[in-house]
Amino acid sequence: MLSKRVVACLDVKNGELSKGVQFVATEMLGDPVAKAKAYYEDGLDELVFYDITASSDQRNIMLDVVQNVAREIFIPFSVGGGIRTREDAAGLLMAGAEKISLNSAAVLRPELVKECAQAIGTQNTVLSMDVRAVVPNTACPSGYEVVINGGRKAMGMDAIAWARRGCELGAGEVVVNSIDADGMKQGYEIKLTRLVAEAIPVPVVASGGAGTPAHLHQVLTEGKADAALVASMVHYGDYRVLDIKQYLNRQGVKVRMNY
Amino acid sequence: MRPSVIIVDYEAGNLRSVQRACEAVGLSAEISADPEVVRHADRLIFPGVGTAETAMGTLARLGLDEALVSFFQSGRPLLGICLGLQVLLDHTEEGARDCLGIIPGQCKRFQFVESDYKVPQIGWNEISKASEHPLMAGVPEGAEFYFVHAYYAIPDQRAHVLAETTFGDKTFASVIGRDNVFATQFHLEKSGRFGLELLAAFGKWDGAVC
Repeated sequence: MLSKRVVACLDVKNGELSKGVQFVATEMLGDPVAKAKAYYEDGLDELVFYDITASSDQRNIMLDVVQNVAREIFIPFSVGGGIRTREDAAGLLMAGAEKISLNSAAVLRPELVKECAQAIGTQNTVLSMDVRAVVPNTACPSGYEVVINGGRKAMGMDAIAWARRGCELGAGEVVVNSIDADGMKQGYEIKLTRLVAEAIPVPVVASGGAGTPAHLHQVLTEGKADAALVASMVHYGDYRVLDIKQYLNRQGVKVRMNY
Repeated sequence: MRPSVIIVDYEAGNLRSVQRACEAVGLSAEISADPEVVRHADRLIFPGVGTAETAMGTLARLGLDEALVSFFQSGRPLLGICLGLQVLLDHTEEGARDCLGIIPGQCKRFQFVESDYKVPQIGWNEISKASEHPLMAGVPEGAEFYFVHAYYAIPDQRAHVLAETTFGDKTFASVIGRDNVFATQFHLEKSGRFGLELLAAFGKWDGAVC
């Protein structure tokens, strides 16, 4: 039986690990490769690196990080942030990433999803979307709107419709980040996650809001997510990956326990 | 120095991950698209992501299809991974393509009535051994591996099924093999410690089944 996945998200800025709250204000947390390796040894199922480097001239630092991660850890990892062309995507895969994650650039130019899926395969192309709750309206009937540029710009675009469209264009997995829940440690946006999971034929990764192992349990059952993303709760040492997986296992959620 | 492993390059993605995993278990691995290099390798890894149609087209264009069959006939160890497993069979439903025919059988797409099972299968799943094989000696029962696939193999002969995995209500062959060929549907290069153990065992294997 397929296991539910615990995924750790590492925001990388100029080659260093950082963590923000509601997508702003970041503090630096050290070497992402060392952190990734510690999680890998602790039974983590997958990693996501988001390159939040501001300037494009720093981008080679990210390729170095990816190469170093690929030498040390042997679980799947994806990389997002700043991918604007199929060449960017192919370069990250060559450096050792398993998947690439598209966000703002895909909202601005949806064809990018198709181009990447054709170049590197649907299964390696992830659509990551930042979403916030709004009063349901004509443009966003679900009450969830897509935002870009790290949550700063609302697009007047319905999140559920965009998830569907992304899959039609070739996304093989969708990450749903709730801007409202991000960094608050009060739990995932269950309703949003479930709406997306029920609307699309590919796996859904829930993101934003994890503070306790019970939050993961909720989103992997009630929220119908295939995987749950954690950041703060493991980066600051509040919980170990092992604690989270043991909790899920005890609650009857199938997770990989032998590693 | 002569590399211990040649990784077949047929423009089918993520070969570096396989190469790095080889390095991690002390195997020197070179990537090559040259049919002569493939034909004469000491041992061969045939990885792959993407579609069977594209893969078979590229293999034929590069002359690698015949090189692979000839390598198999040499009796030296051959490891197929993911798509590299699927094209070892006679035929696949994906694009209705004839494949290499090294292992008798075919590939089909997962079809579920219940929509709760999402295709492709992406994630970790356990394997259950169907027969004893020297490469799997170090893998405990129930060990999990990382899968990404929409098609699965159905070997004609039960003896060619080495391990099975259940996805949704479907139990399929997740490791297949015959003689000097061993192939995994999962990505052993992304499957943590047990994946690396399989790779290390392959590096020491002489191609004999017992």
